[in-house]
Amino acid sequence: MCGIIGVIDRTMARMDGSSIKKALSLMDERGSGEGAGYVAYGIYPDYSDCYAIHVFFDNLLEPKTNVDRILQKWGRIVYQEEIPTYEQPNLKREHIPWRYFFKPYTDLMVGTTNPDDDNVKRLVMTINSTVEGALVFSSGINLGVFKASGWPEDVANFYRIEDYKGYIWLAHNRYPTNTSGWWGGAHPFNLLDWSVVHNGEITSYGTNRRYVESHGYQCTMSTDTEVVAYLFDLIGRRHGLPSDMVVEALAPPFWDEIDEMPEKQEEFMRALRLTYGPALMNGPFAIVIATKDGIVGFTDRIKLRPLVVGENDSKLYISSEEAAIRIMDPDVERIYMPRAGEPVIGRVTQ
Amino acid sequence: MSLGSVPLKYKISIDRDQCMKCMRCVDNCSYGVYRIEDDKIIIDSRKCTACHRCISMCPRDAIMLQERPVDYRSHPLWTTEAREDVINQARSGKIILSGMGNAVDYPIIFDRLVLDACQVTNPSIDPLREPMELRTYIGKKPEKLDFTMKDGDVELNTKLAPNLKLDTPIMIGHMSYGAISLNAQLSLAKAVAKTGTFMGTGEGGMHEAIYPYQDHSIVQIASGRFGVDIDYLERGAAIEIKVGQGAKPGIGGHLPGEKVCADVSCTRMIPLGSDAISPAPHHDIYSIEDLAQLVRSLKEATNWEKPVFVKIAAVHNVAAIAAGIARSSADAVVIDGFKGGTGAAPKVFRDNVGIPIEAAIAAVDQKLNDQGIRNEVSIIASGGLRNSADLAKSIALGADAVYIGTASLIALGCRVCGSCYRGLCPWGIATQRPELVERIDSDVGSENVANLIRGWTLELSELMGAAGLNSIESLRGNRERLRGYMLDEGLLDVLKIESVGA
Amino acid sequence: MEPVVIDAKGVHYTPLNKQIRAAIASGVKEIVLNNVLGQRFIGNGLRGDAKITINGVPGGDLGMFMSGPECEVFGDAEHAPGNTMDKGSLVIHGSAGDAVAHSMRGGKVFVEGNIGYRGGIHMKEYEGKRPILVVGGTSHAFLGEYMAGGLILVLGIGHEPAVQDRGIGSGIHGGEIVIRGDVSDRLLGVGAKKVEFTGEDLQRLTPVIKEFCGRFDIDPSPFLDTNYSRIIPASSRPFAGKYTWE
Repeated sequence: MCGIIGVIDRTMARMDGSSIKKALSLMDERGSGEGAGYVAYGIYPDYSDCYAIHVFFDNLLEPKTNVDRILQKWGRIVYQEEIPTYEQPNLKREHIPWRYFFKPYTDLMVGTTNPDDDNVKRLVMTINSTVEGALVFSSGINLGVFKASGWPEDVANFYRIEDYKGYIWLAHNRYPTNTSGWWGGAHPFNLLDWSVVHNGEITSYGTNRRYVESHGYQCTMSTDTEVVAYLFDLIGRRHGLPSDMVVEALAPPFWDEIDEMPEKQEEFMRALRLTYGPALMNGPFAIVIATKDGIVGFTDRIKLRPLVVGENDSKLYISSEEAAIRIMDPDVERIYMPRAGEPVIGRVTQ
Repeated sequence: MSLGSVPLKYKISIDRDQCMKCMRCVDNCSYGVYRIEDDKIIIDSRKCTACHRCISMCPRDAIMLQERPVDYRSHPLWTTEAREDVINQARSGKIILSGMGNAVDYPIIFDRLVLDACQVTNPSIDPLREPMELRTYIGKKPEKLDFTMKDGDVELNTKLAPNLKLDTPIMIGHMSYGAISLNAQLSLAKAVAKTGTFMGTGEGGMHEAIYPYQDHSIVQIASGRFGVDIDYLERGAAIEIKVGQGAKPGIGGHLPGEKVCADVSCTRMIPLGSDAISPAPHHDIYSIEDLAQLVRSLKEATNWEKPVFVKIAAVHNVAAIAAGIARSSADAVVIDGFKGGTGAAPKVFRDNVGIPIEAAIAAVDQKLNDQGIRNEVSIIASGGLRNSADLAKSIALGADAVYIGTASLIALGCRVCGSCYRGLCPWGIATQRPELVERIDSDVGSENVANLIRGWTLELSELMGAAGLNSIESLRGNRERLRGYMLDEGLLDVLKIESVGA
Repeated sequence: MEPVVIDAKGVHYTPLNKQIRAAIASGVKEIVLNNVLGQRFIGNGLRGDAKITINGVPGGDLGMFMSGPECEVFGDAEHAPGNTMDKGSLVIHGSAGDAVAHSMRGGKVFVEGNIGYRGGIHMKEYEGKRPILVVGGTSHAFLGEYMAGGLILVLGIGHEPAVQDRGIGSGIHGGEIVIRGDVSDRLLGVGAKKVEFTGEDLQRLTPVIKEFCGRFDIDPSPFLDTNYSRIIPASSRPFAGKYTWE
């Protein structure tokens, strides 16, 4: 169930959304036409110092008034507009997608080393858990998520994603089980700089969810994937672990492998597993995570879901299927399958 | 006026056609049910405790036991037990002493929880073919890792606190030497050494015979401080402060003087034949900061090299108390539910005080989670765990590991007759009489106990595999994998689980 | 060998105890701690025969689990000095808090001044080990509660009567409590009984009295020529008759 694809141009050269639309559509078989989505990094250069907050509104009356009020209390709305969309015959418009470019008041958050991010994180949690008829589904700087219920090409055409140019793209084609095909349940999931596309099921969700909740996150999307974004935000951003180490925490080596490691490495891995035991992710999954600095793909520890990597010069592709990579880039040079739990990392070079 | 006698609890009869008069029943019964008169086995059923020793030793299956052969007029309120307790106290004016766990017919929450299994959306894992990790570390964990990166090398700055490494999340709880026999304790010690786990010494000190297994022992320090000196503390792989016990929360205990034989006296370091009294509170702990002081005192005395656990009975406010304990430098909190066993407890306590372990685990886990410190301290649950399903459910509710007590004794022969306090245990468990203690061969006993642990461990692996989990961390606190069956909304909320079908 | 002198000013107890352990491990026999103020657990679990002089007011659990050394305190002590002590001695030139000598099983605790509540609670003896708590001043309530062995001696210097708090020897089932002068019956706890203090008893206690007075430069003669009350358990099985079987 589900198909995922991600690409990064490590030189930060920007690509428009047309080729990823083709790639995702090629994997239609993996979905059920009930959800698809895209995220692109680098699409809002004119507002590169603002948080781009994408919201689904049920209507523009009460929910929007409430969100405006909350945002204006905690920061300044630099610009806002309805996200341009184009009616598609096969896509039922269930929400009004809206975007704010928002600057939080730095001095309003205390007790944190990262007041702006923590401010926006809290706003997202507050709006999603308290404002009826509003759902923030994208909240990072210079990036945007575009998603809806429908087939990949319809969703892409609805937002006309070929009009956006980004140096990182992730896309997801959904076959829902946990929640029906509502718009909020489509991937990518995003919080601040983190975006996640996920194929599979996180069997350890209950444990992972309790862990992030104990650190101030609220899981409001009724699906397992959002927890991955929160885990990366907690362990990566707040605890300061680099991406490869976060992956080692989420999909660590087995104890018998750790036991065989050289002493110093063994000690580190043991400490990592003990510290982040509740973050360990179990179950079948292939995941690609993006931040402004790059993308990370990884699978569960016993490789229950497929993941293929392709490289061509400055471009790195990660996908559920090789064909999807080849349709995006017929000249792709190197294709390989990463080992279970091994992070595949594409970092921007500048 | 005389109250007369109450009816028999058990009626023993012998099928005389089957009986070959081998006299094993006579030899085995330490309660004196059988005697020989004129070459005939005479039965005194009134002395029977239903320990089944005679039945299990009879080569011809000639012995029959019937519970309550005489009926009272049935009455929903004035049960047989209620009436007999009144008669007993009308006669004696004393506290009624009882053994083993809570004997009131409360609903068992474990039996109203069902576990999950995978179908389609995630695959089951076959533990035979694929790695299945049950390894559990008990002890303090850091909140986050502190490290520095130097030329691509990671330099770990976090120093891990000492943790116990368990190959399986099943430990054997604290049953003291004195309460149980040396051969019983030795069997348990050998069993945990074989299975890569730990057992509690109980509060009665450590007998020399246990020294070879000290690396698998958790030494207990209770209010009586029996057998506690610096050598004892250093011998243990971990130290446990016993504040309370599920079978009798809020009160102390005492080992009757007749059980304090020479060996028990020297292990407990008390005079021969005197009562070994554990007062209700530790008299250096009258408040939570005093507990922290004792925890740190133990750590200081052992150079901060030993994990220190704190065991409390599951009582109404257990979550808040556990949260206090978590702040005390303690490495683990042990919660003992009201169905926990005991050698002797006032019946009124055994049957009425405390709360079930299932609710206690959930409440403690939730409280620690709410406070953001759940992973930093371990939770050990105990009190009436009967099988691997109870074990799996305990972990899914939030325990790191469990202690078993009664189950391990049943593996040594105990039939839960509940007469431990009489010191005549025919199975050689709850007794200090040499001729009875000899009935346990600790090599054989340890193999039985080890088999029990192995069996549960295998079943736990299967349950986890069916649930699609290959690591115990992912079962711990995973309430999503539990559903409540016919539980009321209030309890579902405490357990933080959904109903079946939801 | 010269004593090792440690300035404990502002030092946390863990590094302080580490220093003490390191010194003893290197063969030091005498340690002087200056400016001690509130550091808990001094001498905790220490073995050997070193002498530790403590100038100041040590924190709680002084000498807990200690097995051998002597700690001499020039100042008051706080909560539970001599807690679960096994061997060695504490000599306190001052007063001490509650639960002095709690569960102590061997060695000596000498307190020149007064002690708080529950002094000598659950003291116990075993084979050759017989703990001794001697108090120069008075004691507060529940002295020798649950006592299972050993000796508590209260001289009551400057106090008439020597002890006037209740609950002496509640639940006592071993050992003896000896108090200078008469002790009112209403101060005795459940399970305690007063017996005649004989000449033989005085003879037995004379070395203890002399040693205590010697440590604090007190003239022992008034205490060798006076009457005492001796309190012992009514039974070694105080709870034997409390229960009936199920």
